[in-house]
Amino acid sequence: MLAFIKLNFLISYSLFLISYSMWSLSNITNNIQNWLNQSFNPTWALVLEMVIAGIAVISLFAMLGLILVIMERKVSAWMQIRLGPNRVGPKGLLQSFADTLKLLVKEGLTPGGADKFLFNLAPVIALVVAMLLMAPIAFAKDFQLWNLNIGVLYVSAVSSIMVISILMAGWASNNKYSLMGAMRSGAQIVSYELSAGLSVLTIVVLAGSLNISDIIYSQADGWWIFKGHLPVIISFVIFIIAVTAETNRAPFDLAEAESELTAGFHTEYSGMKFALFFLAEYVNVFIVCAIGATLFLGGWMPFHIGNWQGFNHVMDFIPSSIWFFGKTFFLIFVIMWFRWTFPRLRIDQLLNLEWKYLLPISMFNLLLATVIAIAGWHF
Amino acid sequence: MNDVPNYKPPVPSSSGGAVKYLKNIFHAIRSLLVGMRRTGYYFTHHKEIITQQYPDNRETLKLPERFKGEVVMLHDENNEHACTGCTACELACPNATIKIVTKFDITPEGKKKKALDKFVYHLELCTMCNLCIIACPTDAIKMAQTFEHSVFDRSKLTKILNNPGSKIREGIE
Repeated sequence: MLAFIKLNFLISYSLFLISYSMWSLSNITNNIQNWLNQSFNPTWALVLEMVIAGIAVISLFAMLGLILVIMERKVSAWMQIRLGPNRVGPKGLLQSFADTLKLLVKEGLTPGGADKFLFNLAPVIALVVAMLLMAPIAFAKDFQLWNLNIGVLYVSAVSSIMVISILMAGWASNNKYSLMGAMRSGAQIVSYELSAGLSVLTIVVLAGSLNISDIIYSQADGWWIFKGHLPVIISFVIFIIAVTAETNRAPFDLAEAESELTAGFHTEYSGMKFALFFLAEYVNVFIVCAIGATLFLGGWMPFHIGNWQGFNHVMDFIPSSIWFFGKTFFLIFVIMWFRWTFPRLRIDQLLNLEWKYLLPISMFNLLLATVIAIAGWHF
Repeated sequence: MNDVPNYKPPVPSSSGGAVKYLKNIFHAIRSLLVGMRRTGYYFTHHKEIITQQYPDNRETLKLPERFKGEVVMLHDENNEHACTGCTACELACPNATIKIVTKFDITPEGKKKKALDKFVYHLELCTMCNLCIIACPTDAIKMAQTFEHSVFDRSKLTKILNNPGSKIREGIE
């Protein structure tokens, strides 16, 4: 969790304020940094900045968990011609608070035959990986925890640690369903990382940088999905499919396949330990959608059309954080849409899709994108 | 929502190799989009929601036509029913929910005639399969739509369906 400590920070303020703040977030963070540096010596200022950033990330997690759970339940209900939660609070919006309260007071059971150390470690690792992935994401203009020059590589490297926590949970539970779920998840994540990586590479080739803020600035004159012709659209589709699989969500949720494996790798988990897995799943969905929005939809860049100066000025007036969260939540909605439309794949169909379709297509597509980048055919 | 084209599965063709591969991709994407269009339609059209918020709308509750709640016997204004006591329903019942107790009436001509004494119905055993209603030759019983059956004593679920003092309607054989 404290891997942040080595990091070179742009400071953050409580992300809770993002959508309500009328000032630019980078101004707020700069003010805080100046104030801290005036009031304390540099070491203490850095420590305090890290504490503030940590609190901000944790509160963002809590908010994301609450918002995404109620969003998923409402979206699923409406797609299935149901009403969804509508009793707790106005229009049922406080339902996820009630659920969280329930999970907090539940007993966190550790089964007798389980490997206690691994069993308790696994949900923590799942959450720590999700927190590490927050570091390089640019939430608004000049508002990033860690602006490192290999941001995209860092994200794809760290996100694959996720599978370790799933395997750990499955193995330590001492339960055949958990183990089968974990093994399926392992096969799935290892396969789909390939095409996710290749589709990300398409953008890296076009933008010529692995740095996330450089990639965003390269989209100042148009998002890559508009500038990059067909190859970028294909790689966007492949990216969405691959990250849906990587986050173990339906139609690729056979790691937890409740009809076959009760709950897969988290069968034996209860109370807060289960809640950590649950939270990590939603935070991961947010992160992959944020990466997708950053790479393909221009991150916090506003939507501009060619030379329409008036229109572009209006778009610039909308705060960059709203652009970022709007795009991210749009992608989250698309992934939820998948989940409540498509039936679950079998394991052979899953591997067929990846190795016979997505991987060859994305390799060919990468070649095409490289030709476009070299010849300079993109806008 | 009649404008969604029904998705037809691809016709197997003799073309192999690359053409088949590309066709597969095309049909896969098309069928996925058809599904997403349907759920997207439901997502945006909340008037399609079929949930009934039961205890709240108790007064205006609309039950589907074929909803089955319990077996009742029909009586007309003269307290007469159409049951001949033939036990067809008792024989049709898969789990012995119905027990017909018969008696012998004396007809005006002085003959003995078999008639219904008690139609015993065990609601606690009934699965609402409707077979008794189908079996009844005189349409004496039917399925009612009442469904709030909870009671504090199990014996209250054993009901006698024919009203006290009721008799068979004239002309029913």
